[in-house]
Amino acid sequence: MMDRYTKLQIFGIYAAIAVFLTFILLPFFEMFMASLRPLEHLFRSPYQFWSDDFSFQAYRDMWVTVPLLGRYILNSVFIAGSVTLLTMFFVVPAAYAYARLSFPFKSASLGMFLGVNMFTGAVLLIPLYRVLSTLGLLNTYWAMIVPGVAFLIPTGIWLLRSYLEKIPLELEEAAYVDGASRLYTLRRVVLPLAVPGLIVVSTAIFIGAYAQQFLFAITFNQTREYQPLPAGLFEFIGYQSVTWNEMMAAALTGVLPVMVIFLFLQKYLVAGLTAGAVKE
Amino acid sequence: MWGKALTDISAPTWKKRKSLSEGWFAWALIAPAVLFILVIVAWPLVETFRLSFTDARLGGESYVGFENYTDLASSRKFHQTIFRTFYWMFLSVALKLVLGLAGATLLNAAVPGRGLFRVLVMPPWIIPMAIGMIGWLWLYNGAFGVLSGTAQQLGLIGKAFEFLAYKRSAFYSAVVADVWVGTPMVTLFFLAAMQGVSRDLYEAAWVDGAGRWYRFRRITIPQIMPVIVSMALLSAIFTFNSFEIIWILTEGGPRSATTTLIIDTYKTAIGNFKFGEGAARAVVIVILLAVFSLVYLFFLNKVNKHYRVK
Repeated sequence: MMDRYTKLQIFGIYAAIAVFLTFILLPFFEMFMASLRPLEHLFRSPYQFWSDDFSFQAYRDMWVTVPLLGRYILNSVFIAGSVTLLTMFFVVPAAYAYARLSFPFKSASLGMFLGVNMFTGAVLLIPLYRVLSTLGLLNTYWAMIVPGVAFLIPTGIWLLRSYLEKIPLELEEAAYVDGASRLYTLRRVVLPLAVPGLIVVSTAIFIGAYAQQFLFAITFNQTREYQPLPAGLFEFIGYQSVTWNEMMAAALTGVLPVMVIFLFLQKYLVAGLTAGAVKE
Repeated sequence: MWGKALTDISAPTWKKRKSLSEGWFAWALIAPAVLFILVIVAWPLVETFRLSFTDARLGGESYVGFENYTDLASSRKFHQTIFRTFYWMFLSVALKLVLGLAGATLLNAAVPGRGLFRVLVMPPWIIPMAIGMIGWLWLYNGAFGVLSGTAQQLGLIGKAFEFLAYKRSAFYSAVVADVWVGTPMVTLFFLAAMQGVSRDLYEAAWVDGAGRWYRFRRITIPQIMPVIVSMALLSAIFTFNSFEIIWILTEGGPRSATTTLIIDTYKTAIGNFKFGEGAARAVVIVILLAVFSLVYLFFLNKVNKHYRVK
């Protein structure tokens, strides 16, 4: 009743949604179209929206033009995976402490973590460059993993904390009454119950880790073999001519890993990521 | 996730210490994360402050006092960069909030297919920015981008228009790309907040004969105001620090038209290896953001009180 729309209103809503989604999806659509055009037809003048010779040739040729392309995609996945594992190692115990325990400097230390979000990598690059150089980590995978972890810990703690808060306290109390230690309770009672939350949070961290590699890669890593995809893509520009169509094909191929993960978990992800926006 | 964070920082909430052992156990649990952040974020931050008082380069460094800062204070170019950065931030954040609010309202409307639409909004948020920007590079290309191409076919412009080649158009093109990256997150947070608003409120108003627009203005907006305000701050910080978008589209050009503080810092420190001068710029960024956030949090507290949010 209250939600009933007239036909005109429904039409208006769909039209507005169409405009909104066009803005959001236009670049992807353009990338896809460009990846299908043969290179010599990209520069055809006058401009043609539709070509009659679309083909998937670029998706084959790109592996030849940039021979390390496969390696770059694997690097991206490997770096993001390592960042996720390390981040979770730091996040899980900390999130539990913030969700369940009261301790001195709780708000202050949580504030410190969230404050990290104020400083993106770019502000800290100079000393970070020197720290990594002193530790001998420049031009290794670690140069991209270590800063990545630091900037995802705060988000991870925040997301996982709100999950852990929803686990009924009674279960833990029952374990205490039975004489279980705190650590035992955390390992055997809380974590098994938190598995869905752990999956959502680590997926969110993986997506974040996959997305943030460019800056660290171009600043801290000169070794071609270790380069992640967002940096490696620019090799399509470095050659004699820019093979735009292959670059677009490679870019779209490179987002497949995150898109697939996202599509499987999107329902839980959206709920998990926006948890703080809903009043409990 | 951030709405609560901001209120948490401003209002210390820890209860009485239950027991000493709980405190120790908790600190043992957070210690690894705290140490890691101290080494990788806090220490470099301190080091940035120290370097800003030196002329550090690749070769070495010596103490120069406030020279880097006095240079910046007297540089007209730097003043313009600061002004440009705030203009960039305010414009982009305002657009993100307006679009996010419109988008969330649309995606919240009870029409068939909204589940799918909600998924389709996400990609700019989850894919690497660097890859999204490759798409925008293409869109903005005069010779083969769809924008210039279609405009030509429709006869709106006589010849190919290179969006990133002119000072003004490059700046606004970068803003649009930044809005594109930031809008999905804002939209989904607003949407989540809207879904959290109690239906009883709407029904009561509906029974009283309140129209949609009235309900939106008098129920939806006030109810989600805390989220709007905290998203605005978070979005402002992200936009202020936005690096990859500008770097890939224009590298700060043409003729500094898109050089924000972050780009300027990066060029100085990493591009030209002037670590000391770059560090001074980074410190200016930290100070400006801190001041801006504090002023804003003060404002946020007032809004929260006004709307009686816990």
